[in-house]
Amino acid sequence: MTDPIIRFDKVAKRFGDISVLDGLDFTVSRGEKVTIIGPSGSGKSTILRILMTLEDISDGTVWVDGEPLWHEKAGDGTLKPASEAHLHKMRGKLGMVFQSFNLFPHMTVLRNITEAPVQVLGLSKPEAKDRAMGLLDMVGLSDHAEKYPHQMSGGQQQRVAIARALAMRPDILLFDEPTSALDPELVGEVQEVIRKLAYEHDLTMLLVTHEMRFAREISDRVCFIDKGSVHEEGAPEDLFTAPQQPRTQEFLRAVLDG
Amino acid sequence: MDEMTWLDYLPVLGQGAWVTVQLTVWSTLFGALLAFAAGLGKLARNAAVRGLSVAYIEIFRGTSLLVQLFWLYFALPLVGQAIGINLRLPPVTAGILALSLNIGAYGAEVVRGAVQAVTRQQYEAARALNFTPRQTLFRIALPQAIPEMMPPFDNLAIQNLKDTALVSLISLADLAMRAEQLRNYTQDSTTIYTLVLLMYFGMALVLTAFMRGLSSMVGRWRPAQR
Ligand SMILES: Nc1ncnc2c1ncn2[C@@H]1O[C@H](COP(=O)(O)OP(=O)(O)OP(=O)(O)O)[C@@H](O)[C@H]1O
Ligand SMILES: [Mg+2]
Repeated sequence: MTDPIIRFDKVAKRFGDISVLDGLDFTVSRGEKVTIIGPSGSGKSTILRILMTLEDISDGTVWVDGEPLWHEKAGDGTLKPASEAHLHKMRGKLGMVFQSFNLFPHMTVLRNITEAPVQVLGLSKPEAKDRAMGLLDMVGLSDHAEKYPHQMSGGQQQRVAIARALAMRPDILLFDEPTSALDPELVGEVQEVIRKLAYEHDLTMLLVTHEMRFAREISDRVCFIDKGSVHEEGAPEDLFTAPQQPRTQEFLRAVLDG
Repeated sequence: MDEMTWLDYLPVLGQGAWVTVQLTVWSTLFGALLAFAAGLGKLARNAAVRGLSVAYIEIFRGTSLLVQLFWLYFALPLVGQAIGINLRLPPVTAGILALSLNIGAYGAEVVRGAVQAVTRQQYEAARALNFTPRQTLFRIALPQAIPEMMPPFDNLAIQNLKDTALVSLISLADLAMRAEQLRNYTQDSTTIYTLVLLMYFGMALVLTAFMRGLSSMVGRWRPAQR
């Protein structure tokens, strides 16, 4: 577990009076596939959203790829709050797949995937299109490039959303319950794509899911989060078969029986 | 002189209608520009821009068009005189300016509302893809917001068409003014007002048809209309 690409160092997050994360310590190694599980409201989405810079932190430091995410180094070596320019630079290392897909409804599938590479990365349109078509092929949707999101099923939209995130070539890809909004018969096709990514790529993956079987299949490590801190973590075969903590046992019993 | 028939009224009313059309088109266009400027200005990060937009919107929504028109036409030149600049506006300019400023203030609220109605999820997806705030506004938010603005914009444009009748009060020879002149001359109120009613209604129909066309153009990507 050398070379951490993500490190939460005593991170606190409060929304007004509610404390969601309280002194969270958490690391992910480069290329590692980590699944976060835990009860509703335990702070799983908040962890991903902090990494994607959708939510700031109240205390502590988050490190991504050796640099502080929400801070920058001042002249005297101390940390000061990050500027928008710093956040912009850091965001380029990360991508996110949302529970509700969040495709842009006014753009075709192809445009959804090429827009950011062209506008943000400065790729030429042909370059971006090549990249997009390659990714659409990978997610099995080459024939759907000219469709609009509303013309596709939820499973197809989520596969486009994965392609859209990958088109930015992130080092870290965050998945927040990517199959929770899908009809049961569409869950498989999205999991298939994520599985392929997990096995074939050196991408660092951080996945929040309630699908324990899937988590067990694809992750190097599973973290059980409760009340905003890592309660127990380990290799999936250990954590799922022989959890040590009573709360983990209780949680797993509830979700596996449910 | 011979008795005039309704056919004889048409050329005179037609001249007035043409003035009304021009007033409507120009003030709707300028009004739309002002609506975008002030509506987006009200959402700006810069406090001065925000304050200026709010002041403009509130002043022009909170006072009547008639007062705005009289102020621009009669009061502004006096202000100009006091500070030594010629601010005397030709009636057409004063009319278009007052109508634009008025409709722009109402339109600004439409623009602001439609932009704010774009879901938080869309803004988050844009941020996750590292779009700048400006790119997010122009490439993600506005293309989704503009189709939502079209039905209220249609209403405002019709409202504006009807409001042009007020400019006859600063001696502009629009449709309402021409009708009044003819009526004074012939006393044939029924025929004249019926013709005028039909002409305004015809113009409103054309305007709405145009707005419908524009609406389906900017909303091409949307699922079949609800
Ligand atoms: N913007 C916000 N304002 C106030 N409270 C918030 C906000 N976002 C999240 N919370 C609260 O923070 C807590 C943790 O939220 P979070 O979404 O991280 O939970 P989660 O573990 O992802 O839960 P779930 O499994 O239901 O998605 C919850 O109690 C939630 O109500
Ligand atoms: Mg969540």
